[in-house]
Amino acid sequence: MFVIRKPTDVKSSEITSVAVYRDRRRFLREAVAAATAGVAASLLPAVGEAGQKLLNVQRWPYSTDEKPTPIASVTGYNNFYEFGTDKSDPVRYAQNFRTFPWTMIVEGEVKKPAAYHIEDLLKHHPLQERIYRLRCVEAWSMVVPWVGFPLRDLLQRVAPNSRAKYVEFTTLYDPGQMPGQRPGLLGSGLDWPYVEGLRLDEAMHPLTLLAVGLYGEVLPNQNGAPIRLVVPWKYGFKSIKSIVKIRLVEKQPLTTWMKASPREYGFYSNVNPNVDHPRWSQASERRIGEDALFSPKRKTLMFNGYADQVASLYGGMDLKKYF
Amino acid sequence: MYRQDAGGIVLDKNRKISWLIKPALFALALVPLAILIHRGIDNDLGANPVETINRFTGDWVLRFLLITLAITPLRRLSGWNVLLRFRRMAGLFAFFYVSLHFLSYAWLDQSFVLADIGKDVAKRPYITVGFACFLMLMPLAATSTQGMIRRLGARRWQRLHRLVYLIGIGGIVHFLWLVKSDITQPLIYGAILALLLGFRLRDWARSRAARAPVVAETAR
Repeated sequence: MFVIRKPTDVKSSEITSVAVYRDRRRFLREAVAAATAGVAASLLPAVGEAGQKLLNVQRWPYSTDEKPTPIASVTGYNNFYEFGTDKSDPVRYAQNFRTFPWTMIVEGEVKKPAAYHIEDLLKHHPLQERIYRLRCVEAWSMVVPWVGFPLRDLLQRVAPNSRAKYVEFTTLYDPGQMPGQRPGLLGSGLDWPYVEGLRLDEAMHPLTLLAVGLYGEVLPNQNGAPIRLVVPWKYGFKSIKSIVKIRLVEKQPLTTWMKASPREYGFYSNVNPNVDHPRWSQASERRIGEDALFSPKRKTLMFNGYADQVASLYGGMDLKKYF
Repeated sequence: MYRQDAGGIVLDKNRKISWLIKPALFALALVPLAILIHRGIDNDLGANPVETINRFTGDWVLRFLLITLAITPLRRLSGWNVLLRFRRMAGLFAFFYVSLHFLSYAWLDQSFVLADIGKDVAKRPYITVGFACFLMLMPLAATSTQGMIRRLGARRWQRLHRLVYLIGIGGIVHFLWLVKSDITQPLIYGAILALLLGFRLRDWARSRAARAPVVAETAR
């Protein structure tokens, strides 16, 4: 018989126990390594592991008052192809992902390129909780209480020069830790590392967030720890995860999904109910964790409901052409 | 059961098939549905239950199509002609699960809004193909009875039911066009289908080759 065992057949209790077990071994290994190096104290991270409470988080006054999606769905239903293409793969395979130490490089057309340790970013940038809608290109949506800081604050620190027109983001490339990046017939079919991009004015928009947590806690690995982008008016795949490099550039970057299928994925990928994806109508969406089995889908809003804030970025542009 | 003559043994076997094995297989074929219902009651359909139900039923359509198509090759290889007696049931279960699959799409995903469904069928190639396969399965299900075979005549019936090859290919294409980038699963199903259809192609080529000299002879 053709019974293929799916990840969903695995009970969540199994996952947790194995993860905790392996995590303990990793912790021991690192602790021993640190002790021998005599820097045990410095290893006590300012940034914690997933699930640790983030302190001194300010409230942001413009959050949506829609009901946040249950945390089990936010952390258990993920598209993070580096850890597998099934939505339940990331939570299973990202548990041992090492997010500390972590360095993020900001370079390219900037006056002050820099490499930031994640803990330095947290020290320097005050954290805010922002509740945003998230709309996936697959016609489902969530409401997520992110914790982070505006990308513009970081970009201002490195001082973009006059040639900087676009921002290119790159996810970690580490096939040893990210099974989805391993080559072979059974790979995901994408070109790694994952690359995304924004126009500089989109990147500098006050809504564009670098997130380091959700639900008041350190970002779970499967959600793009330790630091990810959140661009709430664009389809979810624009919000790149586990960023190691931000590069300011002159030319429009070629993003991973554009490379994979230029007909289906444009550079802008703004949420737009009037421009269909070849495989999905984008006119409506299903709200994860809230809509009942028999309730109809809800209408998708232009720019995911952020039109008042962002529509001016695209004045005069043909959004059907620049999809 | 009385044994009156040597034929009684055959009768016993027939009885065993129709009263024991067939109902058992029938129940077995309903297990996936039972699992799905159980998961539904248990609130265990994941973050996106509509997607889960749709994918789950779709997987089982492909599996039952492949089981149906595997029966003839298995019969030939093993010599167990009895297998043929379960082919109709397997095919009808493929139709049963495709009906659930379509229902989950039309009802749960599209809330029976016919305009949206029509647009989907017309605009999205993977839905076009899937829907066409669903339509093609209907006449096959409708003509699956002994009475219909008699009424159509064996040859015409067989010709009609060769549509299942096209449906099998269409089902794989439907799956292949649906996935975003990871084509592993459609490839696995596709490889099995290729094997099953390849077997028939080889059979067909052999029987043609066997017949060919005779045809040439009479032509001369």
